Amino acid sequence: MAKAKSQKKAAAIDMTAMCDVAFLLLTFFILTATAKQPEPLPVDTPSSTVQTKLPEKDLAMLTVGNGKVFFGVTGKDVRKRTLELMGTKYGMTFTPEEMKKFSQMDAFGVPMSQLKSLIAKSSAERNQKNLQSGIPKDSLDNQLKEWIYNARLATNEIAGVQLKVAIKGDAKQEYPQIKKVMDILQDQKINQFNLVTGLRGEDF
Amino acid sequence: MAELNTGDGGGKGDKKVRSKKGNSRVDLTAMVDLAFLLITFFMLTTSLNKPQSMDLGMPDKEEDPTKKQTIDVADNRSLTVLLGENNKVKWYLGQFVTPLAGPEQVTYGKEGIRKEILARVKSVVEETGDPKKGLIVIIKPSEKSTYSNLVDILDEMAICKVKTYAIVDITKEEVALLDKE
Repeated sequence: MAKAKSQKKAAAIDMTAMCDVAFLLLTFFILTATAKQPEPLPVDTPSSTVQTKLPEKDLAMLTVGNGKVFFGVTGKDVRKRTLELMGTKYGMTFTPEEMKKFSQMDAFGVPMSQLKSLIAKSSAERNQKNLQSGIPKDSLDNQLKEWIYNARLATNEIAGVQLKVAIKGDAKQEYPQIKKVMDILQDQKINQFNLVTGLRGEDF
Repeated sequence: MAELNTGDGGGKGDKKVRSKKGNSRVDLTAMVDLAFLLITFFMLTTSLNKPQSMDLGMPDKEEDPTKKQTIDVADNRSLTVLLGENNKVKWYLGQFVTPLAGPEQVTYGKEGIRKEILARVKSVVEETGDPKKGLIVIIKPSEKSTYSNLVDILDEMAICKVKTYAIVDITKEEVALLDKE
């Protein structure tokens, strides 16, 4: 009986320190994790087996879905400069307040004429379905081309590197729309781009 | 098991202090469990959240059509894959008018087009006798094919390790071929 008692005592471990460490790590991961931004144009990307990660910096993302094209570029400074360049191209001026709000937008899809009213909206209003009509990309009024071109200029000015381009297409999107976007890129001699995909196994 | 010890100091032997002490032991095991569960969750979601991407290189576009270069390719090396509507795929080897094999309708995935491509990858190298002169795949998506069709077929190129492939505009005759059946 005395033997059994002595064994029991050793089983009690103080967990306070472990708890501290666990919560410290937890706090770290929560703070470093970037919250998923709501997208103005949600798309369902097709999957592939290729396991290359998308670059994080100096990237322009073209979201194609429902026949619309949305444009976004990484980096707040690059966004500001791109807007400035677009403003001079289309004869529009933006206030510093508008610039700041625009630099917080991840992606957008409106013609230049509606851009000011879009910037004035709150982020929740912006992401309403069917509010943004997509960036015009036909040959008469090819604003998408200008956005890409000016984003490239801005990236080169600020970061001194080439802008990389990724296409994020909806799986159900018909090919001609994708082809159109690729053609716009190729007209600017961007022959290398990334296609954003989900991940799947080889066994399909 | 786990207890929160508030330490013995402070109490100077008064009876009042002692009675408070008795209730201060908390079991931390469940809390630690929860904390580690959340850590695991955040670790996995932060690194897995980055989207995958597929590199795609296109040839330079020549704006002047008279300067267009034509590259002669042996018929037995070029496999043309036509992408149609409703996930239809057709392939033929060689030229459209006088195909060396096909045209045949297949499906996507490992039972369909992949079998064909893998077989061709081997047989073409055997025929030419030069590992550098491998299979060339020409991908021709039709107007009605979807983006996921294109990604699927590019994925097959990566799986089958086809080094040379190109996305080319489809011709009218090929569209007619796709619509047949």
